Amino acid sequence: MASRAIVDANEHQEPIYLDYRGRYDGILGWILSTDHKRIGLMYLAALVVFFLAAMTLGFFMRLEQWTVGQTIVDAKTYNTLFTVHGVIMVFLVVVPGIPATLGNFFLPLQLGAKDVSFPRLNLTSWYLYMIGALIIFLALFTSGGLPDTGWTFYAPYNIRTTTNIPLAVFGVFILGFSSILTGLNFVTTMHQLRAPGMSWFRMPLFCWGLYATGWIQVLATPVLGITMLLVLVEKTMSIGVFDPSLGGDPILYQHLFWIYSHPAVYIMILPAMGIISEIMPTFARRTIFGYKAIAYSSLAIALAGSLVWGHHMFTSGQSYTANVLFSLLTFLVGIPTAIKVLNWVATLYRGAIRIEPPLLYALSFIFLFSIGGFTGLMQGVLNVDVHLHDTYFVVAHFHYVMFGGTVMGLFAGLHYWFPKMFGKMYEKSWANISWALQLIGFNMLYFTMLVMGYNGMPRRYYDHLIEFNAGHQLATVGSWVLIAGILIMFANLLHGLLKGEEADDNPWGGTTLEWSIKGLPPLENFDEIPEVTQGPYDHNPEPEVVK
Amino acid sequence: MNSGNFTAQVDATFMFILIVSLILMAGITFSMIYFLFRYHHTKNQKPKDIHGNMWLELLWTVIPTILVLVMFYYGMVGYEKMETIPEDAMKVESTGRMWGWQFNYENGIQTDTLYVPKGKAVHLYLNSTDVIHSFYIPGLKAKKDVVPGMTNEMWFATDEIKAYDVFCAEYCGDRHAYMLTKIVSMPPAEFDAWYQSNAKTEENTEESTAAVDGE
Ligand SMILES: [Cu+2]
Repeated sequence: MASRAIVDANEHQEPIYLDYRGRYDGILGWILSTDHKRIGLMYLAALVVFFLAAMTLGFFMRLEQWTVGQTIVDAKTYNTLFTVHGVIMVFLVVVPGIPATLGNFFLPLQLGAKDVSFPRLNLTSWYLYMIGALIIFLALFTSGGLPDTGWTFYAPYNIRTTTNIPLAVFGVFILGFSSILTGLNFVTTMHQLRAPGMSWFRMPLFCWGLYATGWIQVLATPVLGITMLLVLVEKTMSIGVFDPSLGGDPILYQHLFWIYSHPAVYIMILPAMGIISEIMPTFARRTIFGYKAIAYSSLAIALAGSLVWGHHMFTSGQSYTANVLFSLLTFLVGIPTAIKVLNWVATLYRGAIRIEPPLLYALSFIFLFSIGGFTGLMQGVLNVDVHLHDTYFVVAHFHYVMFGGTVMGLFAGLHYWFPKMFGKMYEKSWANISWALQLIGFNMLYFTMLVMGYNGMPRRYYDHLIEFNAGHQLATVGSWVLIAGILIMFANLLHGLLKGEEADDNPWGGTTLEWSIKGLPPLENFDEIPEVTQGPYDHNPEPEVVK
Repeated sequence: MNSGNFTAQVDATFMFILIVSLILMAGITFSMIYFLFRYHHTKNQKPKDIHGNMWLELLWTVIPTILVLVMFYYGMVGYEKMETIPEDAMKVESTGRMWGWQFNYENGIQTDTLYVPKGKAVHLYLNSTDVIHSFYIPGLKAKKDVVPGMTNEMWFATDEIKAYDVFCAEYCGDRHAYMLTKIVSMPPAEFDAWYQSNAKTEENTEESTAAVDGE
């Protein structure tokens, strides 16, 4: 699709991004680089470390539930385990997640651009991210000790607890700026830097996902910042905002928190949906089914998703009318989501399907995310949610969405773009094995939790009644299988990175612009800015020849 | 009072969504697997760029819309019943604190286990002395947050003679998992006898409420 001149070029005019020697060398060449690809990889490195750390905490949480009573840690430690697990996973992994890593790397490549609109701002975002993370880690080891409020920091418990909430909350506040600036940068980039001929409806769907995400990041994140600032003020100066004993209102906190944190779910999921929309047509060797419907549904999800925060508060004492309205709006989000899923499945119809690791991850995304969607419907229903709220059902549901959705989407994207990022290929057999282990372990862990939740197991419980013990043990075994799958996957990717075979320029037969680059992308991506003459996934007008 | 309760309605609504979900989930999963084999590149060499199909896309916009609106409606009707507290319900004040429950009956009885007559609607006034708790009766599918600074209300009616578990469902600190109690559902005559004989005279001091404590 891109001008053939690029594909035929033998040498890039500029060194590839990994070889480039600018003003600085070695580590400085990375941490002072404004190249979107290097920034994407720096995010990725940090993110993998945070993910593994939080996963380890999750491992210990599950282990603690092995027996009734104490298994390995006391109640106070358990409460900090789930708090820190949640804070890291939400604020440092899944929210920045795909946009910061694969988004940074591939957005300009897919658009046919040399970089994002504001490269230095982009590097600033990375520094804010690292500073925010550092502050959160300081909060763990300084006075008061590890936060124990849960990742939601609910008032007035956040005011009462003596643990180090101010620092943790300040870290989240800083991270917010990183997210806002990334969103702003991406939205601007898509408005300004699309290659000639790339109309909005010739833009790849991964970009559409990032576009919708960018707007939520810009519009919703400030609310989180304000909320965290108010907690900080209340906590340090005893000015009543959320604590009723100081004249504040704890329900106000919940509104403010979820006005951000519900749309944040769409910050997490929309880019992952974009990745699935890339992978399905590539491995079906045909165009995507219902391109415009998928693009518009991203915007519809972003818009409707911003109006449903109150469904986290059906049992809080919120008014009947508000509950009914929030429930209705919640169901509206289900419609564009259903359209996406059905269009992905339809994309397989009359394709010439190659079953490769990225496709397997994408299919498990569709499967797990659909379960997340259906269990979401169950909680959107008012009377059923009253029963399910604050039980394991909710915990399992959002792991189906954020883990089965966002993280599986990230894994799918990593396996898809790995050859273009590093010029190497991982072992496909090991990728398949780790995928299968993850799928089995995931469902053992979280499907069991769905059942336990329906039977009334409350979340954030250090201990459990004996009748829940069998379920807890099954879930814990599931967590071991899942973790084994994840570790094998990372080991395989690392091995591919260091010792993998050299990859072809376009091993999967992708049609978007990043695949038109020969070998690894050079410093400014394209020797010559490509001219776009057709839709992003038109495989068959000029069928790609694949080995 | 034999107005029944809302437990069966919650189960029925859940069952309806579960069945719809299972059918759709089976359809999605089966289609994916079938297509993988049927249109594998060894079987189908000539893929076709199908850009969309208006009728099909309209169909799978309209059907989900109808389904979710039906779900919403059932949920709303069921919820209305939860929120409509019977006028003749027995009123009990229920106070949550870190980490236990206390119940005050109209005649002055104070307990930390909730004794109720079987089948009678019970109207709880929920108060907290510190942070947010949540009064959760999984066996009756009833839950309401207990928020400091405001009085939330809920109702339930038991349908068996037995002890129902009560959990605190909103995280409230170190001993959140031990903020448990029971609702003891008694034959009405037995309850009346207990209620009369304990009126205003003595403080009822029950055993520890932490059922799994000390294991
Ligand atoms: Cu509590």
